[in-house]
Amino acid sequence: MLYEQELKTFVEGTTNFFEVAAQQPASIGSPYLMEGSPAVHEYTGVINISGKREGVVYFTAPKAMLTVLLMKMQENDFSHETMKDLVGEVANTISGNARRDFGRDFVISVPSVLSGEKPQIPQKPGVRSFIIPINWRSHSAKLIVSLT
Amino acid sequence: MRNGKAVAKNGGKRTLKLMIVDDSNIMRRRIERSQRFEQLELVGTAGNGLEALELFKKTDPDVVTMDITMPQMDGIECIARLVAMKPAVRILVVSALADKATAVEAMERGANGFLNKPFTDRQLNEAIAELVR
Repeated sequence: MLYEQELKTFVEGTTNFFEVAAQQPASIGSPYLMEGSPAVHEYTGVINISGKREGVVYFTAPKAMLTVLLMKMQENDFSHETMKDLVGEVANTISGNARRDFGRDFVISVPSVLSGEKPQIPQKPGVRSFIIPINWRSHSAKLIVSLT
Repeated sequence: MRNGKAVAKNGGKRTLKLMIVDDSNIMRRRIERSQRFEQLELVGTAGNGLEALELFKKTDPDVVTMDITMPQMDGIECIARLVAMKPAVRILVVSALADKATAVEAMERGANGFLNKPFTDRQLNEAIAELVR
């Protein structure tokens, strides 16, 4: 069960990521409850959570957004491998930053990355998932948080 | 594991050898591009703790930037092993893990500084400057 204050932690983490790493703020929408299977973009970075909480945090974004993000980070490699690296790093950074509020027993895995049109997103049965919409420049992405 | 260049002298000052450890290629390149210290010379980069130990033995770096969450061997364990091999090594942890307990543990294992991801170039350079001072 996720509480409003806990969701705020992820909203703040996402806001901070774009402000600092991309040097351009994103517009972060209000979190809402996910119904059914998640609609994901071309690249999805997945962090498994264990310890005092269990579940998954994932960041999903289209290639076009990741390309611009890489440019803003002065990266000049836009290969498939670099896109995967980036979505994993974004998911890892936002999840790792959440330990400021959740504490060290909020254990995060190394990122795994899914790509393609309809990847299988891991979901824990009976656990509610929340979607945090992210709009940055002309692009849309999502952070999805699903925790016990 | 990627070996870097040999170490040169810098106007009579000893050049410090730098090793970058992070499982993200993007982050390794970012740190490599951002660091602007003439007295630092990159001797190699590693993608996890085990690679870092191997590279450390080959290149004997003086300064290390170290991620924590990595496959095979994490940064916390790697720090302790590097310090056991070379107590004078200076280690800057560069990690997304933002809880105080992790920072304290890293420092207790022998790290000298802690920089949270995400970071600006300025924050990175200030953290490295503090480390090599």
